[in-house]
Amino acid sequence: MIVERWINWVTLLAFMVVPLWALVTDEPFTITLATRAAILALAAVGLNIALGIGGLVSLGHAAFFGLGGYAMGILAFHAQNYTPLELGPFTTEGTKSMPVIWLTAIIAAALAGLIIGLLSLRTAGVYFIMITLAFGQMFFYFAISWSAYGGEDGLSIYVRNGFPGLNTLVPIQFFGICFVALCLSLYVHWRLRSSPFGLALNAARQVPQRVETVGLNPYRLKLVAFVISAAITGLAGALFADLNRFVSPAMFSWQLSGELIVLIIIGGVGRLMGPVIGAAIFVALEHWLGGLTDFWHIWLGVILLLIVLFGRGGVVGLLTGKAGPHV
Amino acid sequence: MSTILIIEQVLNGLQFGVMLFLMAAGLTLIFGVMGLINLAHGSFYMVGAFAAAATAGATGSFLLALVAALAAAALAGALVEMVVIRRLYKAAHLDQVLATFALILIFSEGTRWVFGSFPLFLEIPAWLSGPVALPGGILYPVYRLTLIVIGVLVALGLWWLTARTRIGVQIRAGENDREMIAALGVDISKLYTLVFALGAALAGLAGALVGAIQSVQVGMGEPVLILAFVVIVIGGIGSIKGAFVGALLVGLTDTLGGIFLP
Repeated sequence: MIVERWINWVTLLAFMVVPLWALVTDEPFTITLATRAAILALAAVGLNIALGIGGLVSLGHAAFFGLGGYAMGILAFHAQNYTPLELGPFTTEGTKSMPVIWLTAIIAAALAGLIIGLLSLRTAGVYFIMITLAFGQMFFYFAISWSAYGGEDGLSIYVRNGFPGLNTLVPIQFFGICFVALCLSLYVHWRLRSSPFGLALNAARQVPQRVETVGLNPYRLKLVAFVISAAITGLAGALFADLNRFVSPAMFSWQLSGELIVLIIIGGVGRLMGPVIGAAIFVALEHWLGGLTDFWHIWLGVILLLIVLFGRGGVVGLLTGKAGPHV
Repeated sequence: MSTILIIEQVLNGLQFGVMLFLMAAGLTLIFGVMGLINLAHGSFYMVGAFAAAATAGATGSFLLALVAALAAAALAGALVEMVVIRRLYKAAHLDQVLATFALILIFSEGTRWVFGSFPLFLEIPAWLSGPVALPGGILYPVYRLTLIVIGVLVALGLWWLTARTRIGVQIRAGENDREMIAALGVDISKLYTLVFALGAALAGLAGALVGAIQSVQVGMGEPVLILAFVVIVIGGIGSIKGAFVGALLVGLTDTLGGIFLP
């Protein structure tokens, strides 16, 4: 545990130092890479609550990521075109304000998580994997056919949304926002894990029968975890859309759901910092291998295979010498 | 809506359904016998299509292309089973999902590496092109009709294989109790390799056959894979008969729904 605590702090520190160093040496692209890593890490921290603590192998988390993205896309689209946003009987205006967008993204993703969770948590094992995958695909095909918001081409947002008091167009300031969001999500994960709820959830993953005999409902525990997990991933989606100033159905693709799981595996399942380390390594590999060869996904596949077959516990497990909790 | 259009669309749905069955049959066999969730099954579909397109391009023979597709997919399946999948039978579902996801990355990018990003085209041979007149004056492409026939024949063959042969008995016994049939002297790891290669070959055949209607490109397997998952969930995981019914149901719904619903 002590080793892991050290790893955690060093990781966070490195995450702050690298972009600051890039600022000093004037390499804005490195800051953008770090921002990308922070946002992917945020999405994976969200998934890690369902996957790592709850043992829920969701292959449909791209649905929440994409919902967050489209929440940003739709609101900002209406704001930049000065068109009203009609929601049934209500009509509102779009917005370019990040906090409002985030709140919308979180609520939309949490609601979707509640509905998907209510249905899919009735199943377990392979059926759960397949049903979450199917839900994710539903959102994907819906986004493709939704021509009002770009359909297959997606939506471009010309100017990054604003945050009161900050200039989000400056890379380091936008990184700061994402980094704070990441830290908050890590805090949520850390508090959850040691709370009575987290302990019960942990137990529900390992021996659901026992949890039931002490009078707790595993289904409800998992549902709450799934909704929290969805909400955090939704927030990450909104930030990701703001980073690229672009949303497209690709944010809903099941490859993205797979990649989120991959991030967690590279770092270590159920570890606090697993997703963060995983995302940093993923983005570094993407940049470095992607510069060497157009086919870097082959090597990602090989690395992933090796980790699954021989390196249980990911990087954190490797450094602490202990395999992570078994999912 | 004219009757002819409806019959045409029903035939299209059946054709799509039997191709889905070829995919779903392998997937459901692999899950039923080995308890493995195989996301990389769509890659065998792609491997079959590419092998067929490359062979047809080199030799000009469609039958040789089909043989190549079957052989390449079966070989890829056997190889993957022996190198990777074999280590995953006892692993958690998460590990199976991840390892087979990694295989998709390797297969897709590997294919892109060898064949490039542009789609290939597989020509329908002259003796199968053109329409045929069905009773009632309906003109329907011979090739699509051939696909339906092949699909039904494969389904019958699979039924015969699982219900009437010694191998089939071993496969069904393996679904029920793998320790017991290992104790009875069946080489279980050879049986698993065989079942996996068989499933992969069926997927490869489907890829090659469908490749002649659509274009042959990287990533063509994944949409079909997801529909095949739907099929085996509807049909009941592990059941070939269920997969057949489920595949026809999904094929017809997908095709007719696309035409008659908004």
